[in-house]
Amino acid sequence: MKGGEAIIKSLTDEGVDVVFGYPGGVLLPLYDVIYDSDLRHILVRHEQCAAHAADGYARASGKVGVCIATSGPGATNLVTGIATAYMDSSSIVALTGQVVTPLIGKDAFQEVDTLGITIPITKHNFQPMTPQELPSVIKSAFYIAGTGRKGPVVVDLPKDVQELEMEFEDDIKIDLPGYKPTTKGHPLQIKRAAELIVNSSKPVILAGGGIIASNSFSELFRLSETIVAPVTTTLLGKGSFPEDHPLSLGMLGMHGRKTANLIVDDCDCLIAVGCRFSDRTTGNVAEFARKAKIIHIDIDPAEIGKNVDVDVPIVGDAKIILENLVEEIKRIKRGERTKEWLNYVKNFKKSWIPRMSFDDVPLKPQQVIKEIWETLSEDTIVTTDVGQNQMWMAHYYTSKRPRKFISSGGLGTMGFGFPAAMGAKVAKPEEDVVAVCGDGGFLMVSQDLATVREYDIPVVICILDNRYLGMVAQWQRLFYDERLSHTHLGDVPDFVKLAESYKVNAERVEKPGQLRETLSDALKSGEPTLIDIIIDAEEILPMVPPGRGLTEMVGEYKVENENMGEDRTYNKQSQGKVGD
Amino acid sequence: MEDQRTHIISALVLHKPGVLQRIAGLFTRRGFNIDSITVGTSEHADIARITIIAKGDERVLEQITKQLNKLIDVIKVRDLDPESTVKRELCLIKVHAPSEQVRSEVVQYASIFRGRIIDVSPETLTIEITGASDKIDALIDMVRSFGIKEIARTGPTAISRGTKTI
Repeated sequence: MKGGEAIIKSLTDEGVDVVFGYPGGVLLPLYDVIYDSDLRHILVRHEQCAAHAADGYARASGKVGVCIATSGPGATNLVTGIATAYMDSSSIVALTGQVVTPLIGKDAFQEVDTLGITIPITKHNFQPMTPQELPSVIKSAFYIAGTGRKGPVVVDLPKDVQELEMEFEDDIKIDLPGYKPTTKGHPLQIKRAAELIVNSSKPVILAGGGIIASNSFSELFRLSETIVAPVTTTLLGKGSFPEDHPLSLGMLGMHGRKTANLIVDDCDCLIAVGCRFSDRTTGNVAEFARKAKIIHIDIDPAEIGKNVDVDVPIVGDAKIILENLVEEIKRIKRGERTKEWLNYVKNFKKSWIPRMSFDDVPLKPQQVIKEIWETLSEDTIVTTDVGQNQMWMAHYYTSKRPRKFISSGGLGTMGFGFPAAMGAKVAKPEEDVVAVCGDGGFLMVSQDLATVREYDIPVVICILDNRYLGMVAQWQRLFYDERLSHTHLGDVPDFVKLAESYKVNAERVEKPGQLRETLSDALKSGEPTLIDIIIDAEEILPMVPPGRGLTEMVGEYKVENENMGEDRTYNKQSQGKVGD
Repeated sequence: MEDQRTHIISALVLHKPGVLQRIAGLFTRRGFNIDSITVGTSEHADIARITIIAKGDERVLEQITKQLNKLIDVIKVRDLDPESTVKRELCLIKVHAPSEQVRSEVVQYASIFRGRIIDVSPETLTIEITGASDKIDALIDMVRSFGIKEIARTGPTAISRGTKTI
């Protein structure tokens, strides 16, 4: 068979049933094969959206997402999406076209060094120079992308390699002597961690995206309940623990919940699982969890000690390690000492419940998020864009299940939310999918309204429309003397009319209470819908300024119960009372 | 500040195009400073051995080793213990030696350092010397006054003493 046929057969053998792509000159042989194949191909309107859609597909399903782009500009347009997947350890395989092998290095038309460009933003990349290599290369690509610490893999496909004849052997061998991810944690380290936990009086769990990647939702839950430790999460960890549980603290970090930030500062044992201690999570590392012994569980040994010094590192798959850790704790457990800690956490949480109800017009973002989560079920997949919209969602939205909150964390890619939602909906057609975007980010990818219309992908896009690049404007308001340099977006477009021009249903929401019905109707309609929500441009989400410790939040933290001020002085309460 | 020790990192990598780019790119991106890097074939035709000399505290070195290990084309990485490692560098020094007097002095220095003269011209002598980097430095210092036209150093390559392998 021809190389192109071998590529499609390899994809099918890997269980791929859908790809997001955009054809081009050097991909003609491959696309000619796709023409006759059963593979579902979704033609996006910009390659960046193909990568984000594959990413959203991967995060929602736990499978490997696939995107395709042509050589040169096609490949460079994928770069942002590949880097996004890399920073968030999301498993995608990106197939890129390349000029014919004799022209490589000759600056041919639409030639770019795709391998060179993507080395720093991929887990690995390949460029098969003969069609015979294709089956093993593609098999290796999927294996690398979907195992260990997951990540994107690029396969660069010269045009002649797609065209030449090859023989597809039945027994495809992959040979990766340098790739052996650790899965089982070291028993001695697990023992040390168990001892540390049992002897601590104020343990806290920090759960990251690794919990979701390793499907260890229930193992984490068991650990938390066994040791009675509250759980805070990173942005990517949202959904790894039910946020309506009494032990949930919500998200930690720069835009984290006040409760989470203060309790992590106070804890004496921090069990971090599947996270990489990013600066957005820790604040100033010198001041991060100073009183705590830190246990760090991660599948990537290079994350251990990279940003934060840890006392007990355990390398391996979180699912296996957490299971072993719980067993070990149960074996050595002595007495009940954490009840006080639990009561303290419960009371402390009560005094810091963020206020979400506001009847202002224009709408307060808190009220918008409240109406969103009141309308959605725990099975609804929400994606966010990047900026204030994302942080409001991360801060106020109650996520209960894994793979239901999808956001670009590490790279912070504006324009991610909508195409990721598209990918998630393709992966999970039976679930409702809602993209919560800012007006700025959505405009970077709005052309793909055409894709959701053409392929009837019924995602609902909620645009938090304040006509500002809100997060940058927030920093300008807080740290740059309110000099709003180039963050106002002006009056255009009319998002409702924009959507209508793509024959996508659209509604505008301006008053409290309106969104619930509009959103619920949109989901029931089974049609792609855009909801333009006009919000207050001046609302600020309290934050920890960069370089500061997590306790130093600026901006007014509005709480539900204003007259519990006394209880909020956490240090006074906790010192000498809990766990001694 | 922690101890900024010189480390000898030995790595076995797949001998194929792009490997060096992956490694060099990693050093640049992560801000690791390296003194030298040597690459050559190993006992297996499809595996190359890379020797990296880098200064840094334990934390930096641990990161270098771990990040290298993450590369799919890197098979093994070891931070070799300098006490039980044989480390050698090759250096070629072209010395300005137009007179009989200078020539005989250069030849003498070369022989003291167990170097050899491998090329002669009416104006120059080229010395080949192998050894520890400080020995090479010492010879270079000795012949510097005659005028050095060119130096080519390979950077050290290293292997564990005895039966130990990486």
